[in-house]
Amino acid sequence: MDAGQFIQRDETCWEIEPKGAMRVPAIIYADAQLLEAMDQKVYEQITNVATLPGIVEAAYAMPDAHWGYGFPIGGVAAFDPDQGGVVSAGGVGFDISCGVRTLHTGLTIDQLQPHKQALADALYRTVPAGVGSRGKIHLNHKSMHGMLTGGAQWALEQGFGEQQDLERIEEHGCMAGAESRYVSAKARERQKDEMGTLGSGNHYLEVQRVAEIFDPAVAKNFGLSVDDIVLSIHCGSRGLGHQIGTEFLKDMVMSAAQHGIVLPDRELACAPLNSPLGKHYLGAMRAAINCALANRQIITHLTRQAVATVFPGIHLGLLYDVSHNTCKLEHHTIDGRKKALYVHRKGATRAFGPGHPDLPAIFKEVGQPVLIGGSMGTSSYVLCGTKDGEQRSFSSACHGAGRAMSRSQASKQWQGKTVVEQLAARGIIIRSPSMRGVAEEAPLAYKDVSAVVDVADRAGLARKVAKLEPVICIKG
Amino acid sequence: MNSQSITPHWEHFEHEADIGIRGIAPTLEQAFEQAAIAMTAVITDLDLVSSSKVISINCEASNIELLFVSWINELVYEMSTQGLLFNRFEVVIDDDILSAIAYGEAVDRQKHQPAVEIKGATFTELRVYQQSDDVWIAQCVVDV
Repeated sequence: MDAGQFIQRDETCWEIEPKGAMRVPAIIYADAQLLEAMDQKVYEQITNVATLPGIVEAAYAMPDAHWGYGFPIGGVAAFDPDQGGVVSAGGVGFDISCGVRTLHTGLTIDQLQPHKQALADALYRTVPAGVGSRGKIHLNHKSMHGMLTGGAQWALEQGFGEQQDLERIEEHGCMAGAESRYVSAKARERQKDEMGTLGSGNHYLEVQRVAEIFDPAVAKNFGLSVDDIVLSIHCGSRGLGHQIGTEFLKDMVMSAAQHGIVLPDRELACAPLNSPLGKHYLGAMRAAINCALANRQIITHLTRQAVATVFPGIHLGLLYDVSHNTCKLEHHTIDGRKKALYVHRKGATRAFGPGHPDLPAIFKEVGQPVLIGGSMGTSSYVLCGTKDGEQRSFSSACHGAGRAMSRSQASKQWQGKTVVEQLAARGIIIRSPSMRGVAEEAPLAYKDVSAVVDVADRAGLARKVAKLEPVICIKG
Repeated sequence: MNSQSITPHWEHFEHEADIGIRGIAPTLEQAFEQAAIAMTAVITDLDLVSSSKVISINCEASNIELLFVSWINELVYEMSTQGLLFNRFEVVIDDDILSAIAYGEAVDRQKHQPAVEIKGATFTELRVYQQSDDVWIAQCVVDV
């Protein structure tokens, strides 16, 4: 899009002053190249978000922002319940609490190299991936309630994982305020056989090599050194989250007028935080966050089992687990006063800086790990939260690369088999049930994640710590 | 041109992160049917899907666009919970009420190589309307 539409505040900060129905400015963090490459829809969508009732400070778009639903993907907005603030189902998205979890393996690339194929096979065999995959866990009414209210803590109680995993998960593995009674029978039905499954699309399980360290002190705190092998899981709340998103989106569209809300785009459907519908959505959405946390916990357990078949006795500890599609109640300082705000992050990662009271003791000094997933065959990054992030974007950073090309364009341009062969030539093993899925996720169908991460770093949203290169990718 | 001379068909349209489905047909019902076929084509090659299973689908909504979203979402739900793929539909719309029969088969990962699962229908680019030449269009972006 045209940079002329913005007031450039600094090298990476582009502002649209309030006009028309906008209640606050809209701010995009990007450099000139990323801004130019962004779809004009991002401008339209982020200015639409700025019109929503009770929004505070500004509507923000992260450097990886692209055309989403209502909110741009990479959109961040905070709402004050005391000023008629709203919660938006579209502002969280269908894949509630989709996120990334990274595990240490204690292995180096040299130790992995001779066992690469065996590990790829073991992971592919053990972790269900792709359309129509089912888990081995079947939830009944009671266990469904336990999962929806307990999250990763529930999974742990069922024998999936270790106690020390919890402090390395946002919300300590359990989202408070989840109300399973607002999760419909249909949402439960969609989930009952899907626990511990990766799903499809851009979801994956990846074995990665630490390729570069940018901040040795923080990397040491995070336990990362060059040539270490880590393992990352990218997935969300599966069918349950999709169904909750679907149902509340419709309810919010239908009730907007009744709540006196003018929607510039139906997809921005929202309800006042203090309304019954808003509260019901929050209860259900938090249950879906627990579902995602439980799901990643179970996948972690399966991953540990698979890795142990190849490397007996190995221990896989968590680095961290972040979610990038959420709405969370947080305390932020507005005009010198602490306010309780509902922060929507749609395709954006929370990035609490050093000293933040909600961080576990292990990360208090350096800030939280911010895990940025690349796409298949491209780099991923570990960043850390900054103190500045609080002022810049309610402590939020980017979440990934964002597509550069649509799925249909990608599948016309590449063949899955060729993509797999090309990646194999670079030493990257791909395992996937669908070659068409592989073609649609081809590395070049995505933007350059490195450029996105560099801008997030320069903009002060989060600081670069380490770069990860893929070695094995299990693609949903 | 008479709308009846148009052969019902479907197409995909571009969305940066996801994909749009569009049904184009002489009748509203056929446009709904074609859009649903377009959705299956997002997941797999249509020629690979047979019609060995039949299920019925009923939904209602307060206007025709919401009815379209409900229709697509009902299919997403059935695909997800029954593990099915559909290739043929018979839709009847009576005011705000839709009743349909969907033909398809169970997903076979070897045979169908399903590329993505559909999370849900969105309100993005959601439109159901009759063109000036009387041809019906039913479309929206689906989240994958």
